[in-house]
Amino acid sequence: MLEPWSDNRVARVLLWSIAGLVFLFLMAPTLIVVPLSFSASDLLEFPPREWSLRWYEAFFGSATWMAALCVSLMLGVLTALIAVPAALCACIAMNRLGGRPATVIYGSLLVPSVTPGILLAIGLFFVLAKLGLIGTLPGVLAGHAMLAIPVAMLVLYPAINRFDWAQVQAARSLGAGWARAVTGILLPQLRFSLLTAGLMAFLTSLDEAVISIFIASGEMSTLPKLMFLSLRDQIDPTIAAISTLWTVLVAAIVVVQALRKSKNAS
Amino acid sequence: MTPALDADPALARDAAHERRFFLSLSLPALAVVGLAAILPILWILRQSFMNLGGEVTLANWTKILNSSLTWSSLQTTFVLSGLTLVICIALGTPLALALASTTQRRANLLLIFLLLPLWTSILVRTYGWLVLLRREGLVNAALQNIGLTAEPLPLVYNTTGVVIGMVHYMLPLYVLPVYAAMRDIDGNVLRAAASMGASLGQAIRTVILPLAQGGILSGSIIVFVYTLGFFITPAVLGGGKVNPIAIRIERTIGGFQDWGGASVLGVPLLVVVALIGAAVLGLRRVAGPRHA
Repeated sequence: MLEPWSDNRVARVLLWSIAGLVFLFLMAPTLIVVPLSFSASDLLEFPPREWSLRWYEAFFGSATWMAALCVSLMLGVLTALIAVPAALCACIAMNRLGGRPATVIYGSLLVPSVTPGILLAIGLFFVLAKLGLIGTLPGVLAGHAMLAIPVAMLVLYPAINRFDWAQVQAARSLGAGWARAVTGILLPQLRFSLLTAGLMAFLTSLDEAVISIFIASGEMSTLPKLMFLSLRDQIDPTIAAISTLWTVLVAAIVVVQALRKSKNAS
Repeated sequence: MTPALDADPALARDAAHERRFFLSLSLPALAVVGLAAILPILWILRQSFMNLGGEVTLANWTKILNSSLTWSSLQTTFVLSGLTLVICIALGTPLALALASTTQRRANLLLIFLLLPLWTSILVRTYGWLVLLRREGLVNAALQNIGLTAEPLPLVYNTTGVVIGMVHYMLPLYVLPVYAAMRDIDGNVLRAAASMGASLGQAIRTVILPLAQGGILSGSIIVFVYTLGFFITPAVLGGGKVNPIAIRIERTIGGFQDWGGASVLGVPLLVVVALIGAAVLGLRRVAGPRHA
């Protein structure tokens, strides 16, 4: 874009040094926890003087952390299983209806994305308290699914809008019912978007902390909730081990997605 | 829908039937969002006018509005959001320009570094900042080693720490729309500017920034609205000393069991977000092309 000024070395160096520093700023807090997680000391010294796996042992050996991990993974999977089909059906509806109904549905489903988390959390807390569902699976799951539906919708809607519905009409004119036309033609073509939507719904749930802090008490305590509580009390290096595992997981997902995207594009 | 179709009653019935079917397809998603998001938001309004016994009252409002803690936390909220926004614009706009000025391939690669923090848990990142910014942390050690400061600087458990955490969270979300807007700028416009003798600075000021203002505006709105309700970052990096409205809400519920008071605190947040949302929709209707 700036080729006409390519002889302006100073400006280019300046621009890229700012960019480099910003990238460093963005990566620093994520990268710093990796060496710390392998430290033998509980003092968070950098660079660590001795290496060990004791913080990973502390994590995997703790019944509390393991229970929270199981709850978080289960919630993530259930959230994806609810949010993706629900968002898919809503996207099909919006695409076929068009006009004002589509705008109303789109706007309503976007509400959880544009409302501050703290408001969703206390509102849900009041409603669930009324129903006696605080700290129960249905209660926490409702909170996570509600957050993940707009995330899945934003991935799926453009994909559905690109889809050529004449194919479904052709199948239907050949005698296929709606269900068969959708499962046989629409879903296979959407599989990458569905996978992306599922992963993002899963990550949305896995990363969710504010709602969990208010409504995921007792046995339903999630990993982020426990991390939050232990961060508020003291800086425990076990968190560094959890953070490293978490970052590796997310990095793997992001890189695989990016590679696939560039492969699909070329 | 052509008039000929509408004229045939059987086809019209078919069309109405299909319409109902599609409307029903949207119900599961609407039910979840309606029951778990929209109803709870309305419930906050209701709760703000109720006492613990369930009677309608204005006591919550008079109590909260007369408390100086309320006004100082509102001020803290807007100061934090404003500072975060200014820093995001200052750091993010050059980054977006750098990304937009390189090849698509290289930009896609660099975008990974932008998306990675975006998808890293907020708690992981907050923990990382806590480790970096502590008195004995890496940043203070580095500053003292190169002789910039004699004493460790108080970088965390104060406004500085919270703003650093917030900027770190919001920067990718600011850069993405700005980058997209800059990518869309027609290279010929810039070539024209250059051929008329514009320096790079002039081109950035008079061509690139005005053409990217839509993206800069969307990015800024995202940053401002998101940070108004931030909870985790001030709770951990503020160390109890930086108390925006979200923290006051949590304390009012958790510490004092005052549901009505917490609801009252939530209302201004709701109003500001709704106003900004309405303004964005209004702007789009006036300025932009209509989308279905």
